[in-house]
Amino acid sequence: MATGSEGGDARRAEYWRRTVTVTAVLLAIWFVVTYVVAFFAKPLNEFSFFGFPFAFYMGAQGSLVIYLGIIFYYARYMNRLDKEFGVAEED
Amino acid sequence: MYTGGFLAFLVVLALAEHFFNLSDKTIGYVFLAATIGLYALIGVMSRTASSDEYYVAGRRVPAVFNGMATASDWMSAASFIGMAGTLYVQGYDGLAFIMGWTGGYVLVALLIAPYLRKFGQYTIPDFLGARYGGNTIRLIGVVCAIVVSFVYLMAQLSGAGLIMSRFLGIEMMWGIIAALGGVLVCSMLGGMRAVTWTQVAQYIVLIIAYLIPVVWLSIKVTGNPLPQFAYGGVLEKIGELEQQFGVAAGHVVPFARTDMANFLALTFCLMVGTAGLPHVLMRFYTVPSVKEARTSVGWALLFIFLLYFTAPAYAVFAKYAVYTDVIGKGLDQLPQWVAYWGKIGVVAVCDAVDAATTIKGCTAAGNGDGIVQLKELWLHGDAIVLATPEIAGLPYVISGLVAAGGLAAALSTADGLLLTMSNALSHDFYTKVVNPNASVVQRLTIARVLLVVIAAIAAYATIHAPATILQLVGQAFSLAASAFFPALVLGVFWKRANKAGAIAGMLVGFLLAGYYIGGVGWNFNGLFGVSFFPDPAPNPANPGVDGRWFGINAISAGIFGMPAGLLTMIVVSLLTKDTSPDIKAMVENLRYPRLSKA
Repeated sequence: MATGSEGGDARRAEYWRRTVTVTAVLLAIWFVVTYVVAFFAKPLNEFSFFGFPFAFYMGAQGSLVIYLGIIFYYARYMNRLDKEFGVAEED
Repeated sequence: MYTGGFLAFLVVLALAEHFFNLSDKTIGYVFLAATIGLYALIGVMSRTASSDEYYVAGRRVPAVFNGMATASDWMSAASFIGMAGTLYVQGYDGLAFIMGWTGGYVLVALLIAPYLRKFGQYTIPDFLGARYGGNTIRLIGVVCAIVVSFVYLMAQLSGAGLIMSRFLGIEMMWGIIAALGGVLVCSMLGGMRAVTWTQVAQYIVLIIAYLIPVVWLSIKVTGNPLPQFAYGGVLEKIGELEQQFGVAAGHVVPFARTDMANFLALTFCLMVGTAGLPHVLMRFYTVPSVKEARTSVGWALLFIFLLYFTAPAYAVFAKYAVYTDVIGKGLDQLPQWVAYWGKIGVVAVCDAVDAATTIKGCTAAGNGDGIVQLKELWLHGDAIVLATPEIAGLPYVISGLVAAGGLAAALSTADGLLLTMSNALSHDFYTKVVNPNASVVQRLTIARVLLVVIAAIAAYATIHAPATILQLVGQAFSLAASAFFPALVLGVFWKRANKAGAIAGMLVGFLLAGYYIGGVGWNFNGLFGVSFFPDPAPNPANPGVDGRWFGINAISAGIFGMPAGLLTMIVVSLLTKDTSPDIKAMVENLRYPRLSKA
């Protein structure tokens, strides 16, 4: 891909800005799923989810599934971003 | 290929048990010897004399296999044997381990792995040395890496020794030595390359061993072969039984056995510690590209997930079996496994009125009515995974399999840890600091000799170690979180972070966590007769003493160490000179998988 020198610095800054944004958003999700849910575990356990008390379900399975989602989403997003900005390794 | 071979081996052994009446001990020996032999064979086949192969497996490990190797590198004796037991005993509160040990991979994926791969050297101190400049920070990295890995290695060896001694009836010390022998053959000859492929094999062994008993139990209790989805209903039944037995806080009630502050602090330390463990991070040097590094973290978590989302189900099914087969039964109606594991000392029935003094494990007197009440059954957490095959009524071959699985978990982690330590010493200390002109042969010889020396010291220390497996592991995480996490993350995300800041931050974080663990966890004050350290946590030996800050346990020392290190690093960096343009260019370079020369 031709990134060329024109606007190279601005493009680079943009790439990094988007990297930091996606990182921050995903970390926020990670934080809510882990700590906010655990903090409110007692009231949340009153709800039932697939036959499990909700907070227990989140701790045992739900949060794990979301972590996996975050990581694979990030990998896909970043690999596309690399291509879009011409910084992917293989081309 | 491995999987097929392994399953065939299982079938042959099961038939042999059936037809030739193999004794339990023989099965145990065959299993453990065959698996250790397999690992050693892989080691011999992957022997190498090139340093890229030795340190980073030639950077040719595909994402999926690196994920698998990372998973078994990661899942230690504590995950395999301890986790389900902890969940059994602690209910909801044990989930701190489940979330902590998986959620940490989000941090690894987003903040560390891709950048470390882009950097593309051999070790974590390499990164610190290049990013912050100079040998001081590299040496601090070496010392922290060795302390963290050493504490963690002790936990693995004691796990391996435990399995060997329980299944083969040999002394713990010989168990540890035999296990170390297997690890050494593998890592000495082939370095990272051998360790990677051995870990892949070990993952397959451990996951099969973990799933079979609990799937069987699930079919038996619910008719559903997917325990992870079937246990919701069983959980309800447990709730009913708990009410019947008069249990005040049931299995799913949060913060009944650990308070919320400790639960959150522990989850935090395990997560951040994951993103600071040198032996895990090192694995992301071995993939071919940044892109593969990102995907590889996902695969690693997926493989870890298979075990971790089964563990809570494991605990629930075991609890259900115990509640229905043991509690409320007369002493003469108890299933056989109670007596068997009682002899080994992980289960005790405390019905006798003098139980507290005559039966090991019992803390209170029973009522002597000849019937087992809930209060009269004592179970060590480790008993859950070890005894489940028998609880489920599976043949002894499956128990042997579980032992082999636990051993695989312990050895695969031990492999990674030993390699990390010997690399830190041979590569970072010897080659980079002492003798930069060393030839490849010299370097690799040094690395191999160090491997043996460290292994010997670790074996000695483990045999004389005081703390339990889970405690040791937790403490290693807190140390790693405090020492490495701030320096690694700020190194990538903040160009202003400089050498003075990194040195100060690492030292403050590491020493503060060490100070807290030393005092609260190990009672250094009592051991050395000083009053410099915090007092130990409350315990029966020192009633009325509580040196904990805000009631936080020693295992979560990172909740103090990590923020202190981070803050110190920021403040000191801002107070001292900005980083040089060279360093800024290097950091810039880390942030892009490939920078076009503009």
